[in-house]
Amino acid sequence: MELLQHIGLEQNLLTIVLVSALPLVFILLYALVTLYLEMKVSAHIQDRLAYMRTGWHGVLQPFADILKLLQKEDTVPAAADRFLFKLAPFVVFAGTYAGFAAIPFSSAYIGSNINLGVFFIIAASSLVVIGILMGGWASNNKWSIFGAIRSAAQMVSYEIPTALAILIAVMITGSLNLQEVTQYQSGGIQNWVVFGGSLPLTQKLLILPFTLLTFFILFIASIAEVNRTPFDLPEAESELVQGFNTEYSGMRFAMFYLAEYANMFLVSAVAVSLFLGGWSSPFGEALSGPLWDLFWFVAKGMFLVFVQIWIRWTLPRLRVDQLMYTSWKVLTPFLFLCVFAVGLILVL
Amino acid sequence: MDQPKALPTNYVTQPDKIATSKGKTVRTEEMIINMGPQHPSTHGVLRLEIIVDGEIIVDAIPHIGYLHRCFEKHAEHMTNYQQVIPYADRMDYVASMNNDWAFALAIERMMKIEVPERVEYIRVIMAELQRIASHLVALGTYGIDAGAFTPFLYCFRDREEILDLFEMTCGARLLYNYIWVGGVSHDLPQGFIEQAKEFCTYFKPKIKEFNDLLTYNEIFIKRTAHVGVLPRDVAINYACSGPMLRGSGVHWDLRRDDPYSVYHKFEWEVQTGKGEVGTVGDCWDRHIVRVREMEQSVKIIEQALASIPEGNVQSAIPKRIRPEPGDIYVRTETPRGELGFYVISDGSGSFYRVKARGPAFVNLSVLPEISRGAMIADLTLIVGSVDIVLGEVDR
Repeated sequence: MELLQHIGLEQNLLTIVLVSALPLVFILLYALVTLYLEMKVSAHIQDRLAYMRTGWHGVLQPFADILKLLQKEDTVPAAADRFLFKLAPFVVFAGTYAGFAAIPFSSAYIGSNINLGVFFIIAASSLVVIGILMGGWASNNKWSIFGAIRSAAQMVSYEIPTALAILIAVMITGSLNLQEVTQYQSGGIQNWVVFGGSLPLTQKLLILPFTLLTFFILFIASIAEVNRTPFDLPEAESELVQGFNTEYSGMRFAMFYLAEYANMFLVSAVAVSLFLGGWSSPFGEALSGPLWDLFWFVAKGMFLVFVQIWIRWTLPRLRVDQLMYTSWKVLTPFLFLCVFAVGLILVL
Repeated sequence: MDQPKALPTNYVTQPDKIATSKGKTVRTEEMIINMGPQHPSTHGVLRLEIIVDGEIIVDAIPHIGYLHRCFEKHAEHMTNYQQVIPYADRMDYVASMNNDWAFALAIERMMKIEVPERVEYIRVIMAELQRIASHLVALGTYGIDAGAFTPFLYCFRDREEILDLFEMTCGARLLYNYIWVGGVSHDLPQGFIEQAKEFCTYFKPKIKEFNDLLTYNEIFIKRTAHVGVLPRDVAINYACSGPMLRGSGVHWDLRRDDPYSVYHKFEWEVQTGKGEVGTVGDCWDRHIVRVREMEQSVKIIEQALASIPEGNVQSAIPKRIRPEPGDIYVRTETPRGELGFYVISDGSGSFYRVKARGPAFVNLSVLPEISRGAMIADLTLIVGSVDIVLGEVDR
């Protein structure tokens, strides 16, 4: 709505629908870019070239991939629960897409400027678990059920460190609204929450180790939330043959894929908004304005997406019990410590 | 003909367990899952029937035979001993050179053929290059089993260099038919020795790179240490060999303990697992034994290249090979362990009977023993650490 006022358009049904669809346009464009990026980054990490023949350095390959997926037959296993099987990919995508509503892309654009923005994102992305469980269960394949159950256990456990890390950012900035959280951090790189926010200097120095640690843990937990290596157990190829999406083909499979990529950006966006200054420029007032804001936000988000890709193509995978151990016995206690310390410092 | 044996009965599903929760009884059941033959991490067409209690493996029964090609029967029907060599190639297709050599050696021992010194050196160089190539496949795919894709491509990049060397020697990149009875098919081509030396200097730093990326990675150690522990006595009882046996801390290498060819002229050491990060005989130990064997192989190759003599590459053998009636068992150390050929001759121009003792087949038999109580995710790592090649398991 702010955007409409900003560019001076009337509020009517058409414009509202169009403006609400902007994140979808973004997701689709972003998915194309990230598909390409993932293949190219992985190839260069692995000493090879990846696509070179479809267009200049293979830039048309993502389009070819999507075209291929569109043409594929949409198969449903005979023993599957047809309704749930067909519904699951859309539930997964819907959960992710809903999260984008509360992401402030720029000072001029946020899908819905609600006061409980972060809270809403956490709640909406929990839908993803239901979708994955649904897909795994409905496939009627033992490997898929394994994947789905692992996924549910993993995502539910890692929501706790995520929520605690978000809580710390909220404690410092004093708001759950991501637009306000970002505004709090504007004015240059030194005001980002990861560097202690805009607190007085002594408090800032005291709080700095804890905010850095929190950001680090939030990033680890986010990778686990989106099921990427080293936490890609739900779709562990070598163990579960793709896990919950084994039985899917064509566009339904692509929806899972799209949701995974969108989710990668969503968790990065949350981390960026809370800790890395969101859309605010790292140089204070310089290079800011609605479009620059969009640039900074996407650039920061894509950097974190790049780090996720980088990690994926470097590390092996954890085991289920080690995954749970990491969440409950390492990340969560450290975050409790951080919550306590940050609270104490803020009271001082 | 023997009747096929009934399936073992020790995997009858356990009676359902009863768990109680809030006063209600909850029945839990064990689940039988079929893993393979089209599963990505069974390294070919191995089929595992696994019985799981949640994620814990109660039992794992390997079912083999999907790649059975009647090697032994075919060998008996060949009209000529030499014709069997391409078949021997196809047994362990990841380490064809070593297969050829074991097979040729069996016939040479039977015929009491002495091969020229140069041939022995060429064979050692080829076998050790092949050992490195084979271990690279094993280690690379092991990375994939653990979820790390990148080390695999690094391994294949280096293996490519070895395949190039083989290609310039005999024209083939996978199945060579290079080591013949009484010699080798071609002499080393011009420039081979320089290129092989170059490879050795190129490859040594790559081992360190691989170790940094995978072997000493914290997650990888967490995944493989204390997993799939094969105790020394079990390894010996199951007649394991190769890195499987050495990983359990047994000092046993046929190149040293039942010497053949010119291995005694070179300085190298038998590598064993020491339980550096976990228990002796765990998956990590088998992994590190393979890594260190590559280092030793490079050492052997360098020495052999430095001292290779001139001479013939084919000794004078009769046109038609007709060994005296009798039998012989000859064993060699392939990358997977003891590959032996038991050959019976009736004095004619072809085998009366040949029996191959494949290391992967024997090593695989210990799998149920070491995977009980592990998790499904561990099972792929345990299978990977056994390093099976189904071509050789099934023959």
